[in-house]
Amino acid sequence: MSEPSPDEGIVLTEEQKRRRRNRSIAIALSLAALVALFYVVTIVKLGPGVLNRPM
Amino acid sequence: MSVVSEGADLRGPLGSERVFAQPSSASVRDYIALLKPRVMSLVVFTALVGIVIAPGHVHPVIGFTALLCIAIGAGAAGALNMWYDADIDARMTRTAGRPIPAGRMEPGEALAFGLTLSIGSVIVLGLLVNLFAGALLAFTIFFYVVVYTMWLKRSTPQNIVIGGAAGAFPPMVGWASVTGSLTLEPIILFLIIFFWTPPHFWALALYRADDYARAGVPMLPVVSGPTETRRQILLYTLLLAPLAVAPWFLGFAGPVYGVVATVAGAIMLWLAVKVKVEREGFVAARQLFAFSILYLFLLFAVLLAEQGLNAVIGRLV
Repeated sequence: MSEPSPDEGIVLTEEQKRRRRNRSIAIALSLAALVALFYVVTIVKLGPGVLNRPM
Repeated sequence: MSVVSEGADLRGPLGSERVFAQPSSASVRDYIALLKPRVMSLVVFTALVGIVIAPGHVHPVIGFTALLCIAIGAGAAGALNMWYDADIDARMTRTAGRPIPAGRMEPGEALAFGLTLSIGSVIVLGLLVNLFAGALLAFTIFFYVVVYTMWLKRSTPQNIVIGGAAGAFPPMVGWASVTGSLTLEPIILFLIIFFWTPPHFWALALYRADDYARAGVPMLPVVSGPTETRRQILLYTLLLAPLAVAPWFLGFAGPVYGVVATVAGAIMLWLAVKVKVEREGFVAARQLFAFSILYLFLLFAVLLAEQGLNAVIGRLV
């Protein structure tokens, strides 16, 4: 791989890209788990009352 | 987590002169290591016991949420500890491979990670479970990071005695998650872990004294010498062994717990006496360190098992 010119800024290595991708996936999974947790806890706390709302 | 503006100077506790303008090379595994998973497993276990033995009913989902928040809060405190102690960790064999001293992660990343999880776990526990438990978790994190890590650890040989309280809070937080209050039972569980911590850590510090001395951490064997440490280990074990039987006397543990706590306490005492009379080498200290982990695990496992058994019998009768 040729040396990047200064104009290119920071160029990630393949390993850095792989790690960044893995970190991104971990963050996405954590956020999805948090959404699921909030959903389930809402159902548990409100029970049938979750459907009881003014229309 | 990885974006740092060009030329930004984010010097960490390591005091490095390097300008951190490089992208992060930390892996997911490094972030998990920041949470101190082995410590976290003990926290989860003792907090679970607090949740299970607390009177009253808690919905399993709420119980799970409480446990998750306590685990994440404990992990966050561990991450903040690793951020602040990176300079010490770099000088100790046992901790030199941690993400920051090993150079795989910048201190700022650990700080951001620890703060985010600390605030998140406290807010979620406070809003989804109850405010008192959330406040107690916030105090636990504050105690571990500020009182123990930033203040006591580098300034007094009593660091792990007072700082041990941070590790003793989880069963109280677990109990508070169910009841929204504290009574004598969780305080007894707190005291058991509190008095267990000094003999446990000082047994380790006895044979790791060189490591601590090199890092400049004033552990008791470094400051007062091995003879005084051996004496103090025995004194704390003398307090711990009868205290561990207290749940049986007070009626919130059954006879099986009483027998296990008495026998295991006697073994702890016997090993502490061996440590006291040991003049050369650290065979007894290693034995005490290893057994102390089993001891605490046994106490809480039996409490948990008895409660589970009672629940089953309660349904059958």
